Amino acid sequence: MILTSFRLPGEFGGLAPLYILPDKANTDSGLTIETYQFFFSDFIYVEVFLKSFAVAIFTTIICITLAYPLALLIARSPRKFRNLMIMLVVLPFASNFLIRIYAWMIILGPESALSHIINSTLAFFDIAPVTLLFSPFAVLIAMIYVHLPFMILPLYTNLEKHDPILLDAAQDLGANAWQRFWYVTWPQSLPGIFSGSALVFVPVLGMFAIPDILGGTGDIMIGNLIKDQFLGTRDWPFGATLSIMLTLAVLSITGLFSWFARPAGKFA
Amino acid sequence: MQRRMTTLWIVSILIYAFLYIPLIVVVVFSFNNSKLNAEWVGFTLHWYQTLFHNHEMLLAARNSLIIAISASTLATLLGTMAGLAIHRYKLKVLPILAFTPVAMPEILLGVSLLLFFLQVLNMTLGMFSIIIAHTTFCIGFVAIIVRARLQGMDDLIFEAARDLGATPWQTFYHVTLPLIRPAIIAGALMSFTLSIDDFVITFFTKGVGEPILPIQIYTMIKVAITPEVNAVSTLLMLLTLTLIIVATRFDTSVLRSESK
Amino acid sequence: MVLIEIRNVTKRFGDFIAVDNVSIEIKAGEFFTILGPSGCGKTTLLRMIAGFDAPDSGQILLEGKDIIDVPPEKRPFHTVFQSYALFPHMTVADNIGFPLKMAGKARHEIMTLVTKALEEVELSQFGNRYPHELSGGQKQRVAFARGLINQPRLLLLDEPLGALDEKLRENMQRELINLQAEAGVTFIYITHAQNEALALSHRIAIMNRGKIEQVDEPARIYNFPMNRFVADFIGKINMLDASVIEVSTFHLKLRVAGLGEITVPAKACIKINDQGVLAVRPEQIRIAPETSEIHSELQFMGKIKGFFYIGDVTTYNIELPNNTWIEALLPNSEPGHAKLFDIGDTVVVSWQEQSAQFLPN
Repeated sequence: MILTSFRLPGEFGGLAPLYILPDKANTDSGLTIETYQFFFSDFIYVEVFLKSFAVAIFTTIICITLAYPLALLIARSPRKFRNLMIMLVVLPFASNFLIRIYAWMIILGPESALSHIINSTLAFFDIAPVTLLFSPFAVLIAMIYVHLPFMILPLYTNLEKHDPILLDAAQDLGANAWQRFWYVTWPQSLPGIFSGSALVFVPVLGMFAIPDILGGTGDIMIGNLIKDQFLGTRDWPFGATLSIMLTLAVLSITGLFSWFARPAGKFA
Repeated sequence: MQRRMTTLWIVSILIYAFLYIPLIVVVVFSFNNSKLNAEWVGFTLHWYQTLFHNHEMLLAARNSLIIAISASTLATLLGTMAGLAIHRYKLKVLPILAFTPVAMPEILLGVSLLLFFLQVLNMTLGMFSIIIAHTTFCIGFVAIIVRARLQGMDDLIFEAARDLGATPWQTFYHVTLPLIRPAIIAGALMSFTLSIDDFVITFFTKGVGEPILPIQIYTMIKVAITPEVNAVSTLLMLLTLTLIIVATRFDTSVLRSESK
Repeated sequence: MVLIEIRNVTKRFGDFIAVDNVSIEIKAGEFFTILGPSGCGKTTLLRMIAGFDAPDSGQILLEGKDIIDVPPEKRPFHTVFQSYALFPHMTVADNIGFPLKMAGKARHEIMTLVTKALEEVELSQFGNRYPHELSGGQKQRVAFARGLINQPRLLLLDEPLGALDEKLRENMQRELINLQAEAGVTFIYITHAQNEALALSHRIAIMNRGKIEQVDEPARIYNFPMNRFVADFIGKINMLDASVIEVSTFHLKLRVAGLGEITVPAKACIKINDQGVLAVRPEQIRIAPETSEIHSELQFMGKIKGFFYIGDVTTYNIELPNNTWIEALLPNSEPGHAKLFDIGDTVVVSWQEQSAQFLPN
């Protein structure tokens, strides 16, 4: 019984794409290579992949920049406040994923207060009004919003473990505030940054709902392509090919991050 | 140092604002007496009334509840056993198997489940396939929570129980089970929340049958934005919030018995 | 009467032999200590007696009956773990009553016995507390009470005082002696702290690399160590390389390079030309000013090279004529003086014949 409980996830999900999908690609199209050739023959698909990577990279970098000060503040707050402050980070993340995307539809909508402010400012400088919703900007901001806690949590877990004596020692040895951060805090926090980056990068790469709801027609990502193949055009072999490409991308990214995190991990 | 903390505080408050303002906007506009989510007109409960007369929506909510309860029950049962086994036998391979669904992008899990149901099992998609799909991705979470709880404990207490005259079953019933109970409850609540909130995997495994809550919301968002969405969102938030508070109740009791 | 007999027990973990052909007999009512450095196999031995691990070969006999196949819960032994292993989700009273509950005792009977046990360990007001609300010493006493409540034949103690601080440990040592005497239960005590073993035990087994080096009473272990390991492990001892040149009924004559011939008490199984060391405890060495009169023929001139003031005593490092250094320990009986000799002083070093011994390599 216990054994089956383990076998379930393995059979159903996780590793399944690795063996089920190639098989699919074979039986349905007759030629495995064909779908892959198709992928590379049309630059649009490669472009979507590259664009997805760009979105994932930007989201990750912005998440690091936003998460760091907050994680640092929580880690350096009195112990009794820390749990509450972390709770406040996690709480919005517990509300429904669609609701969080929907919230940005309201905020970025053409009738919203934000749109009015931005467009009247632009009008003041004689610049044509912009549409915030259904744009790459909307996609990026929602991506950051949805994934920010994934960066804050591992970063905080890492920063919280730092020994404050090290900062005193650095100060004693003549390091100013900036030097203390750059030479003591930052290098020690790299494992946290890497695990946070993996947690942000991977889901962003496979995301389809955010570009689907908040993006324009040109803002589709890998996830949208896959979804369309399976639920739209019903070209399963090609969808499978795309899934395999995504799986490979995810595996190599995860491998890369854990490889980066390892040497630094020794010091953590 | 003091000035640096002040800067940190200001930045952090802005980030907290970034995290909360969107949700507050949703809640506020759910009480707004206007068809547009643009400016505050006046207070109303109209959108909640329409919501409760929306037959499709009520059906979706009922279905989602059935799925969430079944999936979380199954996942808790299997996940607890998985967590126990991983801990007991110090398994190296099985954690990877059990936790992969947690670490992969949801869309890949959704796609492979879709293929598995249709190609391998040859079954029709519907409530049943969704329940299995949700169970699959919840097992990993439950197992992680249960194992974390076990890892935080001194393994010797299980030997101590045997040493003091308890049979393996007595040890499980009197020592292991009460100790991991908070983790089991937290895992069950978490599975329930995950299941009722899940969109991506439901989207892929739903088939064409009955309406499901997240899918219903998705369709509403795609078709037309009405404050009715705000109302259902607010109610959902209230539900998850309650569950989280209950879960943390158990979680703090976990912390208390662990701290010395 | 022999309660437990460990007969030729061996336990391997892969290529590593944790317990190597160990045989010990433990008498009923005894406070028996297994003493050894960490990793010597003492905990493995204890776990086999408790029933958590099975030996690869050999027997463990309880009053003559082999109990290897008896599961831990069926053995009339209890263990006190170093980490106490109290159940965090049970109150102190429930923890202590656990063995009775498992044995299927009636509720009121459990209550009565637990109340009595709580009184005995002076924790009467703490019955409803949880383990995390107790101090280290209190947890310790709960662990003892739990282990003794249903009068086991044998209590196994795995470094139970290891987690306590120095002061508390000394108090607990005293309590432990009383507890054992009152309960009349046989104790097998595991420790790496030699002073604890000497202070508590009726008999001590010295264990090293999975083997038993010596089993004896504390004073005999200290004064008559069987070999270099035991001598070195228990207390401090000076060792000078020596070879045997003459064996008689009561004496051994040794040659120590640079010091000449030295007589020590006889020892079993020693032959002429055996190599080893001449061993003398620092507190057995006497030092006197250069000018003092000669007491015995067994004496050497030495030079003070350093000293180490501890408070009640001072240790002196002395260089002997053969350029080896030895340590001597002198009590500071004169108030206000940290030392009786100064670096560079020439002194007369001597010891009584019977306080020195030969230890073969």
